[in-house]
Parts: sequence; structure tokens; C-alpha cells
Amino acid sequence: MKQFSNTAIYNLLEQVPDPEVPVLSIIDLGIVRDVIIENDKVEIVITPTYTGCPAMDMIAVNIKAILQENNIDATIKTILSPAWTTDWMSESGKQKLKEYGITPPVAKTTDKLSLLGESKLVSCPRCDSNDTKMISQFGSTACKSLYKCNDCLEPFDYFKCH
Amino acid sequence: MENNKLLFDYLLQLGDSSLILGQRLSEWCGHGPILEVDMALTNIALDLLGQTRNYFQYAVEIEGKGRTEDDLAMLRDVSDFKNVLLVEQPNEDFAYTVARQFFFDSFHYLFLSELQHSTNEQLAAIASKSLKEVTYHVRFSSQWVKRLGDGTEESHQKMQNAIDDLWMYVGELCEESELDKIMSKNKIGVDLNKIRPNFYQEINDVLQEATLKIPEDNWNQTGGKNGKHTEHLGFILTEMQWMQRTYPNMEW
Repeated sequence: MKQFSNTAIYNLLEQVPDPEVPVLSIIDLGIVRDVIIENDKVEIVITPTYTGCPAMDMIAVNIKAILQENNIDATIKTILSPAWTTDWMSESGKQKLKEYGITPPVAKTTDKLSLLGESKLVSCPRCDSNDTKMISQFGSTACKSLYKCNDCLEPFDYFKCH
Repeated sequence: MENNKLLFDYLLQLGDSSLILGQRLSEWCGHGPILEVDMALTNIALDLLGQTRNYFQYAVEIEGKGRTEDDLAMLRDVSDFKNVLLVEQPNEDFAYTVARQFFFDSFHYLFLSELQHSTNEQLAAIASKSLKEVTYHVRFSSQWVKRLGDGTEESHQKMQNAIDDLWMYVGELCEESELDKIMSKNKIGVDLNKIRPNFYQEINDVLQEATLKIPEDNWNQTGGKNGKHTEHLGFILTEMQWMQRTYPNMEW
């Protein structure tokens, strides 16, 4: 009977990218809520970012695949509560997002501005200018809004607070 | 068993409204007035579809007859659907779509805020999750009602026409069916009487800011929750279910 350490499994999960935003791992995004190891059984608990996110099925398949490559037979359990929030995104994840050209969420979801649907300073991921304008609250995927930089004139995605 | 049947029907009632509205919005895909709006409408459709899946997955689980979420969406007929009549009304023009969305979102937001406190844990979890998404929906549709209502003479008139024409389907949102009464009483569902005043207040505030008039006629067309639909639902299902009806049990 093979024993797996919790750390070893988390290290493997670090290698599973989000299909829509491949610079982020599912750990960076906070999608993995728990890893439960009982004897030789492993259960990975995940939560969806958005209810209609088409990437979730893909993520479950990819988790199973990478664990199987390492001879770990895992089951995936999806939970809805507590509901996923961008507050769970890791700091390194936010940094990676910015380098990828997507402005990471700027506020905690409990901030008043965020509750009112306003974000004061969404800076341009290219030139760091704060002179930006929201084009649309709904962007290329469920998790993003579309912005434009008034300085360098580039359009860019903003990973919205959720 | 009896309780499970009630919960099952309630889940269908909630899921069907999201599913049909999602299907309606999907018709805009590639036809939106501008690209950003096209994306917004389909984003909202995707959220609604995701919420439907949550309701239906839970419904087939408690039913325990081996049906799947797809069976519920694709293999039921018009009279089996419990959605409210508002959501099956045609897109017509952008003003209609915005008006329909605004009425539904305003209701949906208040409804989910209450459903979060359901004594049924799974239902409460679905509600909290969905509420985050619907917050964006209601912002989007309210903003457009204001922009078009308080816009040009033409946009104002189109918006007012849409509000007037759809008004007779708005009352049903907060009208209790027998099932709503039972589910509200057993604390699993939402007390629609409780959210009704806030709902009309919200609509009133937005329409006023949009310089639009609330129609005076308060006659309501109802029946959707009991499976009695307008002629439009059949056409929606014909298109939505075509593949499964034509090639039963197909997979890809």
C-alpha cells in the first residue's frame, strides 16, 4: 500500500494550470479547497470559480490525469460553499497575472468600493498608468472585465473582484 | 419521500427560469448591438446556465431515478416546464431584452439574497454562489435601462414600449404558487410576499431615474409555474432540444 504525503500532492496540483488563464495554477486561484488522504484513498476537494465556468470539467480531468501519472488514484469532489472569492488568490498568482497582461483584482471583496461595483485604481498591466477606463463589466471570460488604458491606449483584461 | 418530491419540483421551478432565460440570451450570440454587449449577454447566459446545472444536478440526486441534468433540460415537454412567463418572451429588440433582464435580475437578486438563508444547506450554497454573479447582472441591466430611458427620444420610446409590453408578466415573479407557499412555510424556499415591496421599490427607483413611467394597468398574466405557458416556449424547446430529440441518446 502506497502512502502519499499531503505536500507531495499539493506539489503535483501546483502543476495543473487553469485552462483559461494558463499562467495560474489551480492552487494560485484557490480552486483546491482540501486534500483528504485516508489510507490509500485520496480525495481532492475543489470549488468552481463561476457556476457556468466551462473550465471546471477540464480542471477535474487534468487533476485526475496528473495524479494518475504518479500512480495516485483520486476522486474529485466539488463543493459550492463557501463560495469562491478572488480573496483566495495567492500573491504569487497575482504577480503572475500581471506579468501575463491581466490586471489582478485590486480590492478585497469586502471593501466598500468593490461591493458597489467600483474599483478605484485598476492600473494598466503594461505601463502601470492609473488613468484607465472600464469598457465593459463582462470580458472575454466570466472572471474578467474589459478595460482600456488612456495613456498607452492598450485595451486589457481585469480579473474582477468576486 | 413526499418532501423530496416537493423539493424536486421547487428545484425545477428555479432551474427552468434560469435555463430558459439563458437560452433566450444565447440567441444574441453574434448579434449583439456592439461587441461588448454581445459578450455581456452571453456571459450572463453562461452564468444562468451554470446555475441551472447546480439546481438540476441536485434535483436528479434527490430524485434518485438515474436521470441526469441533461435529461431534465432536454427531454421534458412544454407543460413540464415551471419557468415564469417573463423569461420565455422573445428578444424582439435590445430594449425588450434589457427590460426583460432588468425585471428578472431585480427579482432574482432579492430572491437569492433570501434563499441564502434556506434551511436546506445545498440550496443555500447554490444561492450564495449565484448571488455573486447576479450582482453583476442587475448592475448591467439597470444601467442600460437608465442609459436608454434617459437617452435619445427614440431610445426612450423604445424602452418605454418594452416596459409597457412586458409589464403584464412582471407580477408573476412575486406571486406565490401552491408550491411556493409550502416551501416558504417549511423555510426551505423564499417568502415571496417578503421580497415583493423591495422588488417594486427597486423597479420604481430605477425607472424613475431612467425617466420612464411605470404602467398603471396591474393585470397580470400568470401560469408558468404551473406549466401553462405562452406560445413562445414550444418554439424555444424545439430549437434547444432538437439534437436530443432527433438523435436520442446521442453523445459527443
